[in-house]
Amino acid sequence: MAEVLVYVDHVDGAVRKPTLELLTLARRIGEPVAVALGAGAADTAATLAEHGAVKVLTAEAAEFADYLVVPKVDALQAAYDAVSPAAVLLPSSAEAKEIAARLAVRIGSGLITDAVDLEAGDGGPVATQSAFAAAFTTKTRVSTGTPVITVKPNSAPVEPAAAAGTVEALSVSFGAAATGTKVVSRTPRESTGRPELTEAAIVVSGGRGVNGAENFAVIEALADSLGAAVGASRAAVDAGWYPHSNQVGQTGKSVSPQLYVASGISGAIQHRAGMQTSKTIVAINKDAEAPIFDLVDYGVVGDLFDVVPQLTEEVKTRKG
Amino acid sequence: MSLRIVVCVKYVPDATGDRHFADDLTVDRDDVDGLLSELDEYAVEQALQIAGEADDAEVTVLTVGPEDARDALRKALSMGADEAVHVEDDGLHGTDVLGTSLVLAKAIEKTGYDLVVCGMASTDGTMGVLPAMLSERLGVPQVTLLSEVSVEGGTVKGRRDGDAASEQLEASLPAVVSVTDQSGEARYPSFKGIMAAKKKPVETLDLEDLDIEADTVGLAGSWTAVDSAAQRPARTAGTIVKDEGDGGKQLAEFLVSQKFI
Repeated sequence: MAEVLVYVDHVDGAVRKPTLELLTLARRIGEPVAVALGAGAADTAATLAEHGAVKVLTAEAAEFADYLVVPKVDALQAAYDAVSPAAVLLPSSAEAKEIAARLAVRIGSGLITDAVDLEAGDGGPVATQSAFAAAFTTKTRVSTGTPVITVKPNSAPVEPAAAAGTVEALSVSFGAAATGTKVVSRTPRESTGRPELTEAAIVVSGGRGVNGAENFAVIEALADSLGAAVGASRAAVDAGWYPHSNQVGQTGKSVSPQLYVASGISGAIQHRAGMQTSKTIVAINKDAEAPIFDLVDYGVVGDLFDVVPQLTEEVKTRKG
Repeated sequence: MSLRIVVCVKYVPDATGDRHFADDLTVDRDDVDGLLSELDEYAVEQALQIAGEADDAEVTVLTVGPEDARDALRKALSMGADEAVHVEDDGLHGTDVLGTSLVLAKAIEKTGYDLVVCGMASTDGTMGVLPAMLSERLGVPQVTLLSEVSVEGGTVKGRRDGDAASEQLEASLPAVVSVTDQSGEARYPSFKGIMAAKKKPVETLDLEDLDIEADTVGLAGSWTAVDSAAQRPARTAGTIVKDEGDGGKQLAEFLVSQKFI
């Protein structure tokens, strides 16, 4: 069976959920060979083996943290040369997309980004993508070279599947370009204790209707009752009520959770572009004419300051 | 020190219009108005600011696209860019991102540059991979997804705000930079700027000028193939209730029925 390279997104050895989803998709088209780079790379092996990785290629070098992106491309290319895979899969994070881009240029292959599904086809893997603010669904293939495909979070279930997960050290020689962009300093983002926005199964977002930074506590309380991430519309971010890192939309992050709760968000096309592929959409808005109501599975026309706290209490009560 | 800045911009279909695919599964550009991608306005703005700080700088705005794409160049020129380069060729229709990066890289090399500035992504394809591809093709550092950028003494510095951390980056020129919508509000063209733009030079290049083989670009030379494009079925009308004091409770009932609680 053909081997499929899977780029592992991990933090000090803790594998992030989108990578486990990738392993589910990789098994549909071949045998997953995982590539884990940087500090803690070897610590990912057990988790990856439990999710179907037949082999885990690891490399730890200071270059991965000290310089931007290119050292990881060198390593992934080394893995590519060693394995000659049928496809290379990466998560659709900003960094992994850049790694994919450079690898595609180097190996002369086509690139598909932000796939929301993947299946085996006669001419190689077929990716499903969303286009034009999710108004269209396209089926796309890579027609030249080895398919390099990035996949959005929440595109596949995480399914345990025991495999050997043999760990092998990957030998990497860094090219001259690897040290071109220096990471002078790194300040970790303060943890909110909430799930990462793009990976979360539930996202609770607030918009213009929240009307003030201090009022976002109402949105956060609902998010915490549901174990959700907090999102914000551009209007709320531009007003300085919530950080840009939480912005959902065309110029912010694209999310595709199981449940999206929009509070005080009118639903401009730019916002819809970032959340329209959510499986279930719920909205609370005072304005019955707000375009967001065209998208919803369930909508409440009302004041979010009445509805959201009541919902939060109900969730807490029912969850006990 | 003189500084040559090339800004890559894209002419995109207006997102508020009715966007769809043509019969050959490329983007239908005839039925919807186009405009300069909003995210590229931030790139033009940062290029102009960097040029303003330099002793002697020239900002060239570059696009690849059909005739109408000239509108995007005019907008950038009216904001203050000095000159424009338009790569236009019938053979480019249907070119994907690998091909576009090749054409841009060749045009950038022909124009000459110390710094290439891009937006973080286009607002239509939203791939966000082109700046990294340009860096790879040009063989110069990528300093991408910056919310702050500055150039001083042959060095570009910037802040990259990622999911897990905020990083300070540094590279020597020449380099490829991309900026986010957090880099600073883009200026509006002044009347004077709009008038001046009409007189600024726009150079047109075709594939032959760039020494690009026709079969490496266009729909036939594309590295990817779109097999189908289907309009998503309209969402079935959801339940909408008016809050009469128990809207939150009703919403909770819905979430229970969908097993979210």
